Amino acid sequence: MENKNWIVTWWWKILTVALLLFTIVMGMMAEVPHLYILNETIRNLYFHVPMWFGMTILLFVAMIYSVKFLRSGNPEHDIKSAAFTNAGILFGICGILTGMIWAQFTWGVFWNNDPKENAAAVGLLLYFSYFVLRNSIDDLEKQARVSSVANIIFYFIFIPIIFIVPRLTDSLHPGNGGNPGFNTYDLDSNMRMIFYPAVIGWTLLGTWIANIIARTEIVYRQFQFAVNNHSTNNSAKQIDSKIK
Amino acid sequence: MKKLISFIMLMQIVVIKAIAQSSRGEVAMADVMRSNGKIYVVIAVLLTIFAALICFIIMQELRLKRIEKKLNEHIKNQNKQQ
Repeated sequence: MENKNWIVTWWWKILTVALLLFTIVMGMMAEVPHLYILNETIRNLYFHVPMWFGMTILLFVAMIYSVKFLRSGNPEHDIKSAAFTNAGILFGICGILTGMIWAQFTWGVFWNNDPKENAAAVGLLLYFSYFVLRNSIDDLEKQARVSSVANIIFYFIFIPIIFIVPRLTDSLHPGNGGNPGFNTYDLDSNMRMIFYPAVIGWTLLGTWIANIIARTEIVYRQFQFAVNNHSTNNSAKQIDSKIK
Repeated sequence: MKKLISFIMLMQIVVIKAIAQSSRGEVAMADVMRSNGKIYVVIAVLLTIFAALICFIIMQELRLKRIEKKLNEHIKNQNKQQ
């Protein structure tokens, strides 16, 4: 395991750091379209928007792991599903907070009941309820099955309310209601060259966080198992010695 | 006389329009900040925070690897004993 091509296990982590360094430096330095109201805040496109893109991708991966768990019954899949949901929600919270700051300085208030804002808040609450549900069941097998089913259902509720419903009404967000998508302020395609690496970089960072959460949980369960085994062995020995 | 006044007024309108357009044509951007180089300060701060976070996550990763290794050895030993 050690030194066995550390590049094999670390290449995507190096890529994460490289992409995010590129995002931070170029996100500040590169030329952006000069637009009214937005001014320099257009650079938030590299930091606020990838949070939501990353969240959607991470939650999609979590949903896939839930399906995999229900098909295989392998607890590792369930742990990974929960970890990816965790990382996704972390990004979602960052997304909603950064969105509030951005809204205050361009739309005038922190929260203006924009359909997309409300939908995102509902989606986050939905996933909070996922964690409440998951942690309220002590039996690990039951916990895994119930939370996997919940995760799949929540994903397919979350996607329509965040992507479809805001398009049916008026929204301040670009690409929703009567507003054009960010293609219009992406005119020079300079921003695109930073935006896509930013999305990939932030998503990979989320994957890294999810990876660490999942492995911590696996170690915790193994540890618990080892301790239980040990204690049962001990008690068995004690009982043996008492009998003898 | 009438012609002259109307000509002056027309010129005035043109000039006012031109001034208005020139003042409206510029969108307030932090170009000054970038041109005198102070934006590097912001980038340095961002990079410092980012480096600290990445260092933390890598340390966590290595710590976790150590624990995983120890636990696997322990489990192996236990299996041998049994």
